[in-house]
Amino acid sequence: MCGIAGFLALSGAFAPVPAPARVLGAMADALAHRGPDDRGIHVNGPAGLAHRRLSIVDLSSAGHQPFASSDGSVVVSFNGEIFNYLELRRELEGRGHVFRSHSDTETIVEAYRASGPACVESFNGDFAYALWDSRARRLVLARDRMGVRPLYYAMAGGALVFASEVKAILEYPGMRAELDPVALDQTFTFWFPLAPRTPWKGILELPPGHQLVAEGGRVRVERYWSLAFPERSEARADSRSEGEIAEALEALLEDATRIRLRADVPVGAYLSGGFDSSATTALAKRVGAGRLRTFSVGFESAEFDESAYQREVVDALGTEHTALACRREHIGACFPEVVRHAERPMLRTAPAPLFLLAREVRASGFKVVVTGEGADEVFGGYDVFKEAKVRRFWARQPTSAWRPALLRRLYPYLAGVQAQSLEYLRAFFRTGLERAGDPLFSHLPRFELTRRARRFYSPELQASLAGYDAMEELRTALPAEFSRWHPLSQAQYLESAYLLPGYILAAQGDRVAMAHAVEGRFPFLDHRVVEFAARIPPRLKLKGLREKHILRRALGRHLPASIGERPKQPYRAPDSESFAQAPYVEELFSARAISEAGFFSAAAAAKLRAKCRASGPIGVGDNMAFVGILSTQLLHSQYVQGALSGRAERAAAALV
Amino acid sequence: MHHDISGALKRFIGENFMFRDEAESLADDTSFLDAGIIDSTGVLELVCFLENSFGIEVTDEEMLPQNLDSIRAITAYVGRKLAALPQLAAA
Repeated sequence: MCGIAGFLALSGAFAPVPAPARVLGAMADALAHRGPDDRGIHVNGPAGLAHRRLSIVDLSSAGHQPFASSDGSVVVSFNGEIFNYLELRRELEGRGHVFRSHSDTETIVEAYRASGPACVESFNGDFAYALWDSRARRLVLARDRMGVRPLYYAMAGGALVFASEVKAILEYPGMRAELDPVALDQTFTFWFPLAPRTPWKGILELPPGHQLVAEGGRVRVERYWSLAFPERSEARADSRSEGEIAEALEALLEDATRIRLRADVPVGAYLSGGFDSSATTALAKRVGAGRLRTFSVGFESAEFDESAYQREVVDALGTEHTALACRREHIGACFPEVVRHAERPMLRTAPAPLFLLAREVRASGFKVVVTGEGADEVFGGYDVFKEAKVRRFWARQPTSAWRPALLRRLYPYLAGVQAQSLEYLRAFFRTGLERAGDPLFSHLPRFELTRRARRFYSPELQASLAGYDAMEELRTALPAEFSRWHPLSQAQYLESAYLLPGYILAAQGDRVAMAHAVEGRFPFLDHRVVEFAARIPPRLKLKGLREKHILRRALGRHLPASIGERPKQPYRAPDSESFAQAPYVEELFSARAISEAGFFSAAAAAKLRAKCRASGPIGVGDNMAFVGILSTQLLHSQYVQGALSGRAERAAAALV
Repeated sequence: MHHDISGALKRFIGENFMFRDEAESLADDTSFLDAGIIDSTGVLELVCFLENSFGIEVTDEEMLPQNLDSIRAITAYVGRKLAALPQLAAA
């Protein structure tokens, strides 16, 4: 795992900047946290590649990057893992390719030499790479199917500039950080900007499952993989019996886990106490080498804490366990660093405890952890799926008295929902009930709740967004066949193709783990598992209102019964209450700072802060608004006003 | 009495739910739900406020929009609850 960066002059045969090695060095060093073990740069004609290395596979110097083919014509800078590299290597060796190292990086180079840019389709892994083919004068940027590893790019002064994180792109001469109001509005609707848009003006994300090819002065971005579900009316779904599907699924998950334990360093596991990470821990224990080290977060408040379940799994599976006690003030203390690493406004603090956990993992001597992330998206675990099912059932008989009573079964972990009378539940969940044909039907109540944060927009931000509708943009971006999928598949698509790469794997995944050079590995996100799960009939995923039924059937027997049948409790952390003692909040919420950034109404923000400081109950909507405003203010202060802004200009000035 | 209830209520709603606008702009019969003033936790905040400020107990059966969804509805509801507490009123 690593950080990558680089550039390509789109016209001409020479590097687009004076002192290209120095620029590449600065870009690489902005990613030093991702790769503390080694550093390399490579300049060849119009192209420059940089790399920061975290050594996991082939720890020798043969794994140094950027890595060049033996004839020097193909050079790659690579972040991530190709988990099936041993199989690919055997295949390539059979076709006469000769390998010099034991790294998976060399597999990319040789696979490219064998089949060109299409080689990406043969990789099973979590990757982002930049490959320069000096003979064809072609640059290829590629990103894994699910969006585990990040990759950003921008156009600057006739050059294509790219990196694992925005902070490295900002080191390129002429780049400066400016928050994009449309991205902000998307975040305050969906929790993330719609790729390829990023929070930053002029900086794009290479979407998951895409590659970018730059040659002959032209840049094209192509999709090489997409998540697709069988049509509702068609019998393309898996027609085998439930038992047969469960058996095949178990074998596939075992293999997905087995190849994810490949590393020349010890691999640990995250263990939340929920079904998914208990399952991946059990799998890792079964297919891996005996002893396993596990890590978890615990909270003071019973509302968030899952320690009792964690202990149960640890006892049952016999792992060596470290539990990190996360207190509210720890979240408040590390939040600015979390935001600086995540480079995006966020509406929840949930990434912060995982940032602290990654630090603990690293301090314990581990660089790699297996996690249960992805199971809820792929197998239908989230309450929003049940909510949509109940609302759809209710929408068919809107006057029925007992259909909405099923709302009682939703969100058992949310006091704010459980304490409501049925009449109020009806009022809150009837959002969009009459719009059963809306492709966003499943998510309308959630998006509407999140959008309440718009009440805090400044008149200037409102004016700049006049006529813009984030939800309409999302509807337009959906694939043509979306409307022919089963409603559960539609909702799963919104979670898997959008929220997962846009928020979960980014802010809560890669960015907080790689802040401490820790790599997460996700058996449930092996694309073979994702494709297999997409064909499983929806009734076997959400059976009645039992979530992840088929997954429980496949793996439950390897877990203590209480875990195997445990209902979903999503991972959450205390939000606004974490900031009671955080010294920076007052300044960031001051009328001067709010007006300076220009996105929010100072008076409204002050009211919200006062409410969050008082001791009463704070709702989901207010919490999201508070954390969203705070993180936006932090980004403005760190990147726009702060040390990062203008650094590239100063560097450029130093060159002339 | 009704005047006091509605004044205190407006202040509470203004400080806790109406971040942008002045509470004075809130009409007595504006539906909190229809106007998007209140979310699910907002109902609980409101109930806490009523119990703390007026010494009443809002039962589960009374947590209904017809009792809690506008200044007018709450004023009438709290008035009824207070009237049902004769010994307290006498003290």
